[in-house]
Amino acid sequence: MARPATAIALAAALGVALPGLAGCSGGILDPQGPVATQELTILWDSMGIMLAIVIPTILATLGVAWWFRAGNTRARYRPDWEYSGRIEMVVWAIPAMTVLLLGGIGWVSSRDLDPPKPLPADTPPVTVQVVSLDWKWLFIYPDQNIASINHLVVPAGTPVSFQLTSDGVMNSFFVPQLGSQIYTMPRMITRLNLQADRPGRYSGISAQFSGAGFPDMLFTLEALPRDAFDSWVANARAQGEALDAPAYARLTQSSRADRPRTFRSVMPGLFDAVANPGHDDPRLNGHP
Amino acid sequence: MFGKLSWSAIPINEPIDMIASGLMILAVLGVLAWVTVKGYWPYLWREWLTSVDHKRIGVMYVVLALVMLLRGFTDAVMMRLQQAVSVGPDAGYLPPEHYNQIFSAHGTIMIFFMAMPFVIGLMNFAVPLQLGIRDVAFPTLNSVSLWLTASGILLTNLSLVVGEFARTGWLAYPPLSELKYSPGVGVDYYLWALQISGVGTLLSGINLATTILKMRAPGMSYMRMPVFCWTALASNLLIIAAFPVLTATFAMLLLDRYLGMHFFTADGDGNPMMYVNLIWVWGHPEVYILILPCFGVFSEVVSTFSGKPLFGYRSMVAATMAICILSFIVWLHHFFTMGAGANVNGFFGVMTMIIAVPTGVKVYNWLFTMYGGRVRFNAPILWSVGFMVTFVIGGMTGVLLAVPPADFILHNSLFLIAHFHNVIIGGVVFGVLAGYMYWFPKAFGFTLDEGWGKVSFWCWFVGFYLAFMPLYYLGMLGMTRRLQHYDNPGWQPWLIVAAVGVAFILAGILALIIQLVVSMRTRERRRDRTGDPWQGRTLEWSTSSPPPAWNFAVLPQVEREDAYWHMKRRAREERAAAAEALAYEPIHMPLNSPTGFVTAFFAVVTGFALIWHIWWLVILGLVGALITTLVFAWRDESEFEIAAEELAQVDRAHQQAYWAGDTP
Repeated sequence: MARPATAIALAAALGVALPGLAGCSGGILDPQGPVATQELTILWDSMGIMLAIVIPTILATLGVAWWFRAGNTRARYRPDWEYSGRIEMVVWAIPAMTVLLLGGIGWVSSRDLDPPKPLPADTPPVTVQVVSLDWKWLFIYPDQNIASINHLVVPAGTPVSFQLTSDGVMNSFFVPQLGSQIYTMPRMITRLNLQADRPGRYSGISAQFSGAGFPDMLFTLEALPRDAFDSWVANARAQGEALDAPAYARLTQSSRADRPRTFRSVMPGLFDAVANPGHDDPRLNGHP
Repeated sequence: MFGKLSWSAIPINEPIDMIASGLMILAVLGVLAWVTVKGYWPYLWREWLTSVDHKRIGVMYVVLALVMLLRGFTDAVMMRLQQAVSVGPDAGYLPPEHYNQIFSAHGTIMIFFMAMPFVIGLMNFAVPLQLGIRDVAFPTLNSVSLWLTASGILLTNLSLVVGEFARTGWLAYPPLSELKYSPGVGVDYYLWALQISGVGTLLSGINLATTILKMRAPGMSYMRMPVFCWTALASNLLIIAAFPVLTATFAMLLLDRYLGMHFFTADGDGNPMMYVNLIWVWGHPEVYILILPCFGVFSEVVSTFSGKPLFGYRSMVAATMAICILSFIVWLHHFFTMGAGANVNGFFGVMTMIIAVPTGVKVYNWLFTMYGGRVRFNAPILWSVGFMVTFVIGGMTGVLLAVPPADFILHNSLFLIAHFHNVIIGGVVFGVLAGYMYWFPKAFGFTLDEGWGKVSFWCWFVGFYLAFMPLYYLGMLGMTRRLQHYDNPGWQPWLIVAAVGVAFILAGILALIIQLVVSMRTRERRRDRTGDPWQGRTLEWSTSSPPPAWNFAVLPQVEREDAYWHMKRRAREERAAAAEALAYEPIHMPLNSPTGFVTAFFAVVTGFALIWHIWWLVILGLVGALITTLVFAWRDESEFEIAAEELAQVDRAHQQAYWAGDTP
């Protein structure tokens, strides 16, 4: 009978995702920041807890079905056995206890890793305002007064505090190796805090379908050492066009696979104008 | 005159479109021609299209579902082939506008027009038989429900030939689905097809819930109902509670699109996230609407083929009703990444996990049902055991996604795709196919070929794992859903494996077709003369296969659960020819009615006219539907009588055949 073999194969298939392969794989299996690392740990822990229940259940199912096959004369047939209070208690208790444990993990981790929660660090965070457009990403650095398209440069080892919105349809801002994604939504602002521990280039995507140009809505997050970041900022200030109203109007035209570029200045209040919350009602605006 | 409709709506310049629609038109014309040549129209009209018999309506639902399974699966094949080759910016054979329609149509068709009709068809067929009654509460309404579902299906398929389908994903999130970003008719096809079939589903839910609550055989108290009826009750209560939300949500989006309102628009103070909330307030109960009746099928199958009562019947009932209620307070887990806040996410995460408790209990109860049994490995139980093994994995990944921080890194990835296919294929599809093979002999009077049934199971089973386990892994590698192309060559090998898995599933579907053809050709050999081919335990097996139009000549007296099992035992002990003693009385059955078919015709006309803004035709269609309703409401005759002698004759013949075939 092939079924036990299949069960083992699939357990192995799930197990493939163990750190062995993770080193070369990218994605969430190769975390490069504190958020992603904690989230992956939670993922493995939760999966481990459940596998401890799921694997025996699968084996027991196959075992019972096979042992009590009609042809097995050694198995005792009990045609009227339909209730056992003790077993009932156990079968309610097993999933209930598992869920008690996992529910605790879920509740606590939901608070620990709430996207708007600032990351602990010695250095103050860098603020980046993100606008998703059809089909490209605009990153505004309000403190540096520069902006870039499809190229997000941040200092390594420093938290980055994001404010996100969309000018148009919904998208989801996601750098898999840094952790937590979050929606960008029109006329709403979401908040997210991430950090890249080491210098490197990490791919970023939109994880929410947004139309024809969606697959090309990619960006690169480049984490640089602090001094390299500062010189990148200085460079960006020295060249390129200014992001004024006409330049922004051009950006809002649909386009695909835009080449990364920077803007030497940003018109004041652009992000707020795009997000235009309009109300003081915090329910409409993500986090107050 | 014809609104937005013009010759440019026919996609002449797109070869893939034209080939697909050409093949579809040829197939439809071929079937119509065959029916005409054979002179089957009068028979079809009299016995099927106008039938109000719940069994025939159930069968027609399942036929619709099987046809749409082929359509939805074709979409799946095209997507898997595209992703197997589309590494690089201009790779693949499907342009984005086409690929985006395909995945939108795949989801819409598989959920609304494959899974829903299949599940509703099985409930329609089996519930009245299991309850020991002669029909559902509102037989003509039942026919209306069926044909409105068919209307939605027709409109969806029409979009392939005239115009286009939505390119927005199967739930059409605004603002993408608003006029500004989707100006074409695709979203309108989507919305009107689902509005019309949604009305059918709601009516069907009301009908079946009323039937179960009000029309059980004498003595069948709630705690004596077969578990399938319990799950059907839960599912139909969910339909009644959830489908109006869907209708209202779509109505608001339609108002945005047709009258320039701003419920969900990006501008004008619209709130797209309100749509996302509302659609999942329907959407999460929807998955339980689909899976609960399948849990019922597994309960019946496992118990029957183990030759034992279901273990922990009361637990099963409690678990079913708990799921029924909990399913309404978990919807937010579909968008933890909205940024609702830690406590909101935490609450919905925990609620989602709690719903896994009754589900887990069910798995253990099936396990203990087999324990101490004599398990006969016919095809239906293969699906059931395959389900138990597969579903616990899907359940596990579901609970994983319910941990908010885990969801933050897995949301919308192929891990999610793998998860819900894991529960939909491993749960719903395995369930409806188990039900199909289990009840087929009851519906048609002959059994299905076991060998091909088993081949189909193994192909589906292996195919599922090959097609979706790689997707779990790809999700962890950071691959998101709905990508028409991608630039990471490392993903391609896994996508090729997934495509191979789809080939296995194709083999499984072919085996299903071969099974049907082989069984029909050898049906004389495989006649089920006793009406009880599986040593059944519930009342549907106590009547002949196929059952007469009236199901039961005399309504059975129910004294405990597994009613038929105990009747058989007692009859055997007493060896009494019970049929001789029965007092037959004439009964009244509802007359066939073309109301459903005609209403659906006008629904299609109205829907098509609304999609293309042909306003005079809208009015014509609505007036036609109204007149149909009025004609039905003022009908003179609604029932016909079946004489006691006829009942006695048919029933005694069945009893004799049963005792002749019974060798205890």
